[in-house]
Order: sequence, then structure tokens, then C-alpha cells
Amino acid sequence: MSATMPEFVPMDAPDLDPNAPLLEIRDLEVAFQSSTGMVPAVRGANLTIYPGQSVAIVGESGSGKSTTAHAIINLLPGTGKVTGGTIRFAGQDITHAPRKVFEQLRGKEIGLVPQDPMSNLNPVWKIGFQVKETLVANGVAQGKELKDAVARVLADAGLPDAEHRAKQYPHEFSGGMRQRALIGIGLAGKPRLLIADEPTSALDVTVQRQILDHLEHLTQDRGVAVLFITHDLGLAAERAEHLVVMHRGRVVESGPARQILTTPQHPYTQRLVASAPSLTSRRIQSAKERGVESTELLARTDIDESRPIVEVEHLTKEFHLRGALPGAGSTFKAVDDVSFSIARGSTTALVGESGSGKSTVANVMLNLLEPTSGRVVFEGTEVGSLSKSELFDFRRQVQPIFQNPYGSLDPMYSIFRTIEEPLRVHGVGSKKTRSKRVAELLDMVSLPTSAMRRYPNELSGGQRQRVAIARALALEPKLIVCDEAVSALDVLVQAQVLTLLNDLQAELGLTYLFITHDLAVVRQIADHVAVMQRGKIVELATTDEVFESPREAYTRELLAAIPGSSLEVGGA
Amino acid sequence: MLRYVGRRVLQVIPVFLGATLLIYTMVFALPGDPVAALGGERGLPEAVQAQIREQYNLDEPFLVQYLLYLKGIFTFDFGVTFSGRDVFDVIKEAFPVTIRLAFMALAFEAIFGVLLGLIAGLRKGKLFDGTVLVLSTMIIAVPTFVIGFVMQFFIGVKLGWLPTTAGSDPGFMNLLMPAIVLGAVSLAYVLRLTRTSVAENLSADYVRTATAKGLSRGRVVVVHVLRNSLIPVVTFLGADLGALMGGAIVTEGIFNISGVGGLLFRSIQQGESATVVSLTTVLVLVYIVANLIVDLLYAALDPRIRYA
Repeated sequence: MSATMPEFVPMDAPDLDPNAPLLEIRDLEVAFQSSTGMVPAVRGANLTIYPGQSVAIVGESGSGKSTTAHAIINLLPGTGKVTGGTIRFAGQDITHAPRKVFEQLRGKEIGLVPQDPMSNLNPVWKIGFQVKETLVANGVAQGKELKDAVARVLADAGLPDAEHRAKQYPHEFSGGMRQRALIGIGLAGKPRLLIADEPTSALDVTVQRQILDHLEHLTQDRGVAVLFITHDLGLAAERAEHLVVMHRGRVVESGPARQILTTPQHPYTQRLVASAPSLTSRRIQSAKERGVESTELLARTDIDESRPIVEVEHLTKEFHLRGALPGAGSTFKAVDDVSFSIARGSTTALVGESGSGKSTVANVMLNLLEPTSGRVVFEGTEVGSLSKSELFDFRRQVQPIFQNPYGSLDPMYSIFRTIEEPLRVHGVGSKKTRSKRVAELLDMVSLPTSAMRRYPNELSGGQRQRVAIARALALEPKLIVCDEAVSALDVLVQAQVLTLLNDLQAELGLTYLFITHDLAVVRQIADHVAVMQRGKIVELATTDEVFESPREAYTRELLAAIPGSSLEVGGA
Repeated sequence: MLRYVGRRVLQVIPVFLGATLLIYTMVFALPGDPVAALGGERGLPEAVQAQIREQYNLDEPFLVQYLLYLKGIFTFDFGVTFSGRDVFDVIKEAFPVTIRLAFMALAFEAIFGVLLGLIAGLRKGKLFDGTVLVLSTMIIAVPTFVIGFVMQFFIGVKLGWLPTTAGSDPGFMNLLMPAIVLGAVSLAYVLRLTRTSVAENLSADYVRTATAKGLSRGRVVVVHVLRNSLIPVVTFLGADLGALMGGAIVTEGIFNISGVGGLLFRSIQQGESATVVSLTTVLVLVYIVANLIVDLLYAALDPRIRYA
């Protein structure tokens, strides 16, 4: 093998020693140029992948896991640069290889399945075209055979009716279908290593499972090594043989998946294992089975079931869909005859996949949408019948917390102004008492008073969500509707925010409606669970009942799809 | 796709009717009586005034006048000027040169604007990008007539590379300098739009994915960056075509081109309402057609729009 040649020399299969590492990263340092100098993102990371092996890098956002993966194929964003260490692929040093070498490596030797299926396909080209150019660029097929080759790639990726699908545009595909197409593209060049960067984090849990199963099946069949990048320890442990845990740019622990899960050595890994939501669900259960009372997370007993704070009765919401021709539209039942009530001081979780109608229910409850039929009764009054001033009062008592803490805070408002605004709008107190109240609220959500003068872009995701909670609490509401309030947060931050919400509930007697697709979160926070599917509530029971003896097949399916649910976790 | 085109074409009708009615109303509301002004200081005899009013339908109520005018448009009868020439002929004389000039300017700004913008976008923050940005700001800041006179003096008079004026029935070389002057400001905008759009698309996820697929740099730029970046540029160019046609008064004046801009200016001054309304109507039509083409191009560039 002539390593001195400027171009990458692909080795033929016989040369490949299955015992020699396919990818070897030694003491990798990656830094980003900023106005104040180089900011390190990866500090001395080590990683080895053997042919056909599956390895997962686990870590929270900012841990350097994606940066490490992108450094391998020289796709670091913006000002990122490899500042030290070596990356060897199939024995050849590619750390500072010229662009030509990477153009040959990418696709053909190392494939990539990116994170967000919504933004990773070019919206202006047909799916077939985007597959085709991959095949051509990597010399897999050409000329007349292209059409069949494209259809084969898509069919292998699990898309039915591939020939027809190839003629469609990305916006005609669902998220899961797009991700299948992207997996097809990633594998189209027959690479020896596939980098899967959070391949399913944007998808529903059941779709996620199907796609991961399919990916596993494809890569195992072809002997492709896989490098998973994920924040989800459960997913990593379930899908990879070997785990690498990264924290603040360093690899803090690595080893066989089972070993890391059962006997984590590094304190960070221990915390990660302890708070991984997908694993917690099992942990609580096992704690209960052993007859041990879990102190913080089990359902409380002080809930007054007789006086519900809110009742939803036969709620139906229809949307009009535009048809292909004028007048050919149809109505879509987003919410179909939904009834439930929430007891004062309790937490009810509304669970379902995207499109199940759970957010529509929340919007009707917040009186942001008008129901087609049925009604919502809050504190004995029908929400739809409120006069303008009553509505104003209603808004005060029911507050939302939304999913995206980056989008729900005005970037031009300081934190003080953000939290003070509802107080000012509702004319609560004087200027002085209001500023005292803001300090109090910040204290309640464990943020320093100094945070007042800062702006949202200076805070982390978890801190922003705390600000959103403080703002929601400002008016002393009775009911808080949390629409995917912790879905965008890293596991450790998620656990902190959930604990905070739990504490606040105990302290202030709040009632929560928790809208989420994540059953693992439900286990930690909810007293009651309503499982929604296609606009209907299919199962409504206490959290324990749902988790221990789900009645509906759909609920069981959802539970089984939680990554890591089949794993045994030790250390408890 | 067909439905989209059909709908866009149908939308032209109300826009056309609304625009012509608006123009007609405004010209109608202009102060002063053109007929009374025709006779100069002494004025025309009552009988003659009445005869002229009848000849031009000026004695009819407003709406009737408008409808008669609409009928005229559809039969290519735009009326006659006060000097007795057919308005249609007057317009027919002025338009070809203006159209030629506008398209040359459009081609100039589109080709160079997109090219320079693409390079600047790809090298954002580098020397080329900075230079181009400063130059484009200067072009936007300096009035057209300054650029026009300066170019005329240096390139036309001093260096003698290009003819200084266009004259009647100008050819490609005669119109080259006017077209560059006319398109210069728009070029600066096209350049900036393209640059921003390219720089933004470069960091799009699908561009990274395209690179990760193993495509060459050139292919990624042309197939995945440029096409997506052209969408806002095309919108600008379409709207600009109308502006280039109707707004070339200054450039036409500097280079002595007898085009639409000059004609419109003179007609407004002389209160030639038939000419003003007709010219403006044609310009409205040009705008509408240009925007229709933009919308169709838009749908061709971005498939999501076809179904929106």
C-alpha cells in the first residue's frame, strides 16, 4: 500500500485485515476560531472502529460528539479545524489530506446519515435525482442501469413503490420516509463505515424503532461498520456494541455497551446512566417491585380527585383540507370526541405520536383554537363562553410552556423584561414590587438574580427553559400546559427541569397538563396518562397502570419502542 | 403545475383592470383642462372646444370614458394625440429601443451580478468579497446620472471605446454603455442578494449532506447551492424589468435615446392624457407579464411552490 500517494488508495477486500482497525482516531483536537481566539471543541479524543463493528458516541449537546464525527470526513462547520492528533482510515493518515482525497473517501468509503431528515434533502430536487448523483459520483452505476439502481437503493432502504417514490420531491415525503431515503443515500456508495449522526432524534418513537431496526439489518448484512452519534444512552446501548462517552470535548469513558451501562466508572457516565429517561422508567419499576419506596418520583397521595380543575367533554376539532380541485377539499378530524378531566394539583400526560392530535387538544384548552364541538370547562366555567375580561382572567390562570426555549423567548427582551411583561400586562403591583417578584421567580427556578440583565442568546437551553417556566409562574397560574416542554433538552438538563417542575408543583399546588411524545418523561412526572392515537384517546389510566399493565396494543407498542427498554440496567 | 399556471394567468385579469382604472382615474383627476389649454393665451372658441371634447369623448361621464378606453385597448385603438398622431404609432416607435435597452441591462445585471455574487458568497469574508461589497455600496450610493456622465466622458470621449450617444435606431454597440449604466445599480442589488443567499445556503444541511455523498466541490456549488440561491434573485430581476423599462428617463436623457422614458416625461408635461394612459397601461402589462414569468420560473426553481 503506497501511503505517500496524494490520492486515497482504496484497498480491495482481500487486503482488508479484519483485525486491523478501520478507523483510528488518536488524541484528536478540534477547535473553532472565534473573535477571542481558538475555542477547543474536542480535546484529545481517542476512538477505534474495527470493520463491521458498531460504535456509539454518547454525550449531550456541546460535548464534541458531532464535531468528532464531522472531523473524520472533513466536514467541520464554519471555522472548525483539526488542531492536533491523527485520524487514520484503513491504515492511511487522512488527518490533513487534500480535498481530492476526501471527495473519494466520502460516499464510497465513509457514508453519512445526517440528523434532521427535514433539512438534509435539497427541497428543489427529486429524491431520485439526489440518489442518482450519489451513485454516479461514487461510480456505483451509470447510464441505463441508473434508473433501476436508484429504485433498488430506495427499495433497500425500505421505501415501498420505490420507482414512483423516486419521482417525488422531499416535501411529499414524511419525516420517516425522508430518513429512509437518507439512509439509502448514505449506503448507496457501498461504504465500509457509516456515520449515523442522531439518525432518528427528529422522528416519532415507533418510526424511530422501525428505522433503526432496518438500519441495523442493512449494515449487518453488508458488513458495514457504524458510528452512531447520539445523546440517548438507551438508544446507544441498544444499537451499538461499543460505547464512547464524551463530555466537554473529552472521551471520559469507553468500553463494551453492557459494561458501561452496568458498571459506569466515570462520575459523568454514572449521572448519565442515572438520569437517562429511557432507563429511568425501568429503574422505578424495579425499585417498586422490590418494595422500595421511591422518594421523589412516585405518585403522590394528596390529590383531591373529586374536584377537577379542568374538564374536557366530547371535544372534537376538525380542520378543512384543501383538495386537488376547488371544492374537492375534505375535513380532517384532528381531535375526535376526547373527554378527560384533570384533578387539582395533579399531572396528566397526553401522549402520542406526531399527528395524534395532542397539541390540538392543548391549543383548544388554552383557548387558542375554537373547538368544532364539545367543550372545555375550567373551574366550573366553559372556556368558550368567556367574555373578553373573563378571558383575560382565564389567561392569567392558565399558562403555557412551549417546546422550543430558543423560539419562545423574544431575543430582543432581557430576561427581566421577559418575566416582568405578563405582570405589567395584567397590572400586577408597582414597578418596585414587580422587580422584587422577578427576583423571587428567578430564585424559584434556581437562576441567579444576575440573570435578569442578560438576553436569551446568552443562556443555555436549560436556562432558557427555566426562564420560560419563571414567566409562566409569574401570574401564579393554577394550570400550566407544558407542550413538549422538555423534549428539546439534553437528558441531564431534562432531569433537572422535571425535578424543578415536580418541586414547584408540591410547593405551589400547580396542576400540569404535559403534552409529550416521550413516554420515558411521562413516567417521571405524570400521575395520569391519556394515550392518543389518530385524534382519539385510546387509553386513559394512572401512570402505574399504563406502564405496568397497558391494556391497548398501541400503548404496548409505544412502550416497547422506547430505546433501551429491553435492557437490564444495573447499579440501582 | 398546469393548475398553478392557469391560476396565475387568471389573476392577471383583475390586476390589469384595477391598474388601468387607477391610472385612468389619476390622469382624469389631474388639475387643469387640457382642451382649454390647447388654444394658449387666447383660448379656443366654445364651439371648437365642444367639438374636441366630443371627439375625445371628454363630454361623457367618467365610467363611460373608461369603458370606451378599455374597448379601445382591446381593438388596439389607443386614440390619437392632440397633434393628430395615432398614439399606437407613437408608442410603437418608442418601445423597441427601450425594450432592447432594458433587456441588455437585465442581461448585464443578471450575468455579472449572479457571477460576482456567487464568488463573493463562496469567499465570504475574504478580500474579493470585501472589495465587491464596497464597490457595490458605492454604485448604489452614487446617482445614475453621475455614473452615466462619468462613463460617457471617460469611455466614450477620452478613450473612444464605445459610442458616446445612441441616436436614432441604435445598434448593440450604441446601447452597450447605456445598458451598463442603467443596469449598474440593479447589478449591485443582484450581487448582494446572490452573495447573501449563497453564503446562507452554503451552511445548509443539505449542502453538507451533498458533500458527504462524495460529490465534487463544483457540483455541490452549481447543483445544490446556486439553484437554491437563485430563487430570491429571480424575484428581484422580474420586478426590475418593469422598472428598467419605465424608469430609464435619466439614462435615456444622457445618451440621447428616444425611448419610452422620455416620451412619458414629455407627455405628462404636455397633458397628453391618451398617450400617458396608454403608455402606462403598456408598462403595467409589461410588469404583469414579467411577474407572471417570475412566478412560473419560481415554480420551476422551487417545486414546493407549485402546490402551495
